[in-house]
Amino acid sequence: MIMPNIELYAANVIPKEEYAVSGHRACQGCAEILAVRLALKALGRDTILTMATGCMEIVSTPFPTTDWKLPWIHVAFENAAAVASGVDIGLKILMKKGKVKKSDINIVAIGGDGGTSDIGLQSLSGAFERYHKFIYICVDNEAYMNTGVQRSSSTPFGAMTTTSPPGKLSMGQPTWKKNMVKIAVAHNIPYVATACPSYPFDLIEKVKKAKMADGPAYLHILSVCPTGWRTASDLSIRYGRLAVESGVFPLYEVENGTYRLSLNPEPLRPVTDYFKGQGRFRHLTDEYIDKIQKRTIKEWEDLKTLCGVK
Amino acid sequence: MAKPMEQYKWHELNAGCVIDEPGSASEYKTGSWRVQKPVWDDSKCIKCGVCWMFCPDAAIYQKKDGYFEANLDYCKGCGICARECWPCAITMVEG
Repeated sequence: MIMPNIELYAANVIPKEEYAVSGHRACQGCAEILAVRLALKALGRDTILTMATGCMEIVSTPFPTTDWKLPWIHVAFENAAAVASGVDIGLKILMKKGKVKKSDINIVAIGGDGGTSDIGLQSLSGAFERYHKFIYICVDNEAYMNTGVQRSSSTPFGAMTTTSPPGKLSMGQPTWKKNMVKIAVAHNIPYVATACPSYPFDLIEKVKKAKMADGPAYLHILSVCPTGWRTASDLSIRYGRLAVESGVFPLYEVENGTYRLSLNPEPLRPVTDYFKGQGRFRHLTDEYIDKIQKRTIKEWEDLKTLCGVK
Repeated sequence: MAKPMEQYKWHELNAGCVIDEPGSASEYKTGSWRVQKPVWDDSKCIKCGVCWMFCPDAAIYQKKDGYFEANLDYCKGCGICARECWPCAITMVEG
């Protein structure tokens, strides 16, 4: 029998096993731990996690407890990718010597946007260049949230943070968001993708694809932060959706240099739909919103050209 | 862990910050952070599992009859389940 409306019940096909258990100290409505939870479901139990300092490290492992049901290591802020390369080489040697059974073990490095695009960029670039087989997941909440919302290079233009406060002489963050995905693509690695926990099946498919990649894979996940974005905690999933539908954060993947759109949200919503209700954008005047809207449309058109979508 | 977290002395902990018990963060009950709790109306619920899928705390579980319920030891009351439940079977109430 063909079940009608199978997609309505599709949540039941997500693996039930939890690798990030209840009891972590993430804020109410944190989409970042949700993204990691879904990604770990896709990865399965043969996984080793290395993590940069950041929200996910702070909330999950207050000593002497751990939130993970997987081997997990934290070393320093800047070297999640370097530790992942060490784990990769170490496992290779141990398997060669016969001390570890030969099997397919996923090595996953997770960092926040600060740990990826500011502090950890050099070790990440090195690990991509050495072509280690590992997955790097950047969970991007667009500022240093766990230390109290300081700006990072991933903070979007005009956003309010405690180190880019709006006022008479300033309008918030004065620079544009760094395009980490393009930096990863420039390393010629087999798989690069953007994802958002508001689209869980897409995220899980992309993590599975990254697992299959024959070399390093990079996943950039936008995760809404109710504390830092000054939004209500129940709207986390909705703001992720609005970011995608307004073209601020398009979902796409790059496989061996070939771009492919995962979702075409055209006609795009105006960016004001996304900004409305976010406390970090409430000071923006029409002039700046216009500037952001123009830039968003231009970036979206450029991406469409790259993907070959008319 | 063998005894509650706060009863541990520093010299009883593993050297090198090694934690040898997976998932031990569950010792800490985050339910006390909550202001509102989700309540399911089973007559509207279609057992789709969207609430379970979007729960950041993994605090929602499926009962034997297929309907869902929150584990109030861990539910932080963020309200994502009530917002995303499209048959509107979940309401947030104080408590």
